[in-house]
Amino acid sequence: MQVPAQFEYARATSVAHAIDLLRRHGPESRLVAGGHSLIPMMKLRIANPETLIDINDLAELTRIGLDSGLLRIGALVRHAELLDSAVVGEHFAIFRDAERVIADPIVRNWGTVGGSLCQADPSEDLSAAFSAVRAIAVIQGADGERTVPVREFHTGPYQTVVGAAEILTELRVPIRPGGGSAYTKVERRAGDWAVAAAGAVLWLDGNTVSDVGIGLTAVGAAHFAAEEAEDFLRGRPATEESFAAAGRIAAAHCNPVADQRGPVDYKRHLAGELTTRALRRAAARAAGAAVETEGA
Amino acid sequence: MQITVTVNGAERTVEVEPRLLLVHLLRDHLGLTGTHWGCDTSNCGTCVVWFDGTPVKSCTVLAAMADGHEVRTVEDLATADGLDPIQQAFSDHHGLQCGFCTPGMLMTGRWLLDRNPDPSEQEIREAISGQVCRCTGYQNIVRSVRAAAELSQVKGARA
Repeated sequence: MQVPAQFEYARATSVAHAIDLLRRHGPESRLVAGGHSLIPMMKLRIANPETLIDINDLAELTRIGLDSGLLRIGALVRHAELLDSAVVGEHFAIFRDAERVIADPIVRNWGTVGGSLCQADPSEDLSAAFSAVRAIAVIQGADGERTVPVREFHTGPYQTVVGAAEILTELRVPIRPGGGSAYTKVERRAGDWAVAAAGAVLWLDGNTVSDVGIGLTAVGAAHFAAEEAEDFLRGRPATEESFAAAGRIAAAHCNPVADQRGPVDYKRHLAGELTTRALRRAAARAAGAAVETEGA
Repeated sequence: MQITVTVNGAERTVEVEPRLLLVHLLRDHLGLTGTHWGCDTSNCGTCVVWFDGTPVKSCTVLAAMADGHEVRTVEDLATADGLDPIQQAFSDHHGLQCGFCTPGMLMTGRWLLDRNPDPSEQEIREAISGQVCRCTGYQNIVRSVRAAAELSQVKGARA
């Protein structure tokens, strides 16, 4: 039987209370929401927090909404809620695509958007999706709120800019008309972490790519992004040739490592191919085509 | 710490350690051994119970998190009138072999049918995609959930 080592438990009743609890319990305290990464790590003694601060009651962090040109997603939104959200699906199909292949339906009922980002697993899917759409992370501490671009949110594997007495409260995604987005992933079996995955968002001006965002996960891409491929595509025609070339550039600039999910050359190949496929699907959606979300 | 959880409609107050997992609260403290404890890593899904009406993997939920909340386990499916249609269908269609995954499959199957009374085979397969049958008896599990949908529709039509 695997159980965590002993710890103290406190339940936060508001964001301010959570921050106060973090300050009082010190740097060995951790926030917990879904706990689907943290609790298994505690069972294995990879993580040994002295105090867990339960934030599941913070209803203020559970909202999804539109507000002055921004899609706002609370950090405590469950994966299943992001998947089912009509407003998210309407503006950013990339999240619907990604959520459909994150873990499994039961885990998605409990795991949270904010928890996934703060866990900062280098193979995490939403990190790539939020990187693709250039989301803004909202972080609150005792001295107030600050915003950080998601592309500057992760400082390394399992590390983020969120301080010891701070809490990620929200993701904000700027909405611009004329775009389309998609996410595509290769996994060993349903519900597994990605061998590699790519997300793309693309805006068209006629048949010209006016702007583009490309996110990559599990392949060692800096900031979960393929910035060289984005730079290449901007201003080019939205054609198969352009998307294939962008895929090759993305593959060349990522740094996958060999592990039980595959060797380096295979992952690099996937990074390129999945980038091309995500761009193709995003472009079709930007042009108004109905492109179904791929199943698990 | 003391927690009060509504389990299958009844309030239960228990003294627990913060590190106690929900699955062990149910099995070891409340004697509800219908919920099984399997992989311990939220992969296998035999520990699925409903938390405020939504299925979760109880090996990865702290009992403390359930304080003030409602939990429903497989013991709550059958009523004085008999088995729930999902249980009857698993019995009729050989939806279990060793039975280890069954409590989780039943709780997810019931939840699926409550939300989608007429699921396709693909929808059923997706719903149970986070649950492992170590007998690999998936064909009959899918057939059983489908049969439960039809059984419920027949019952509904008669009512």
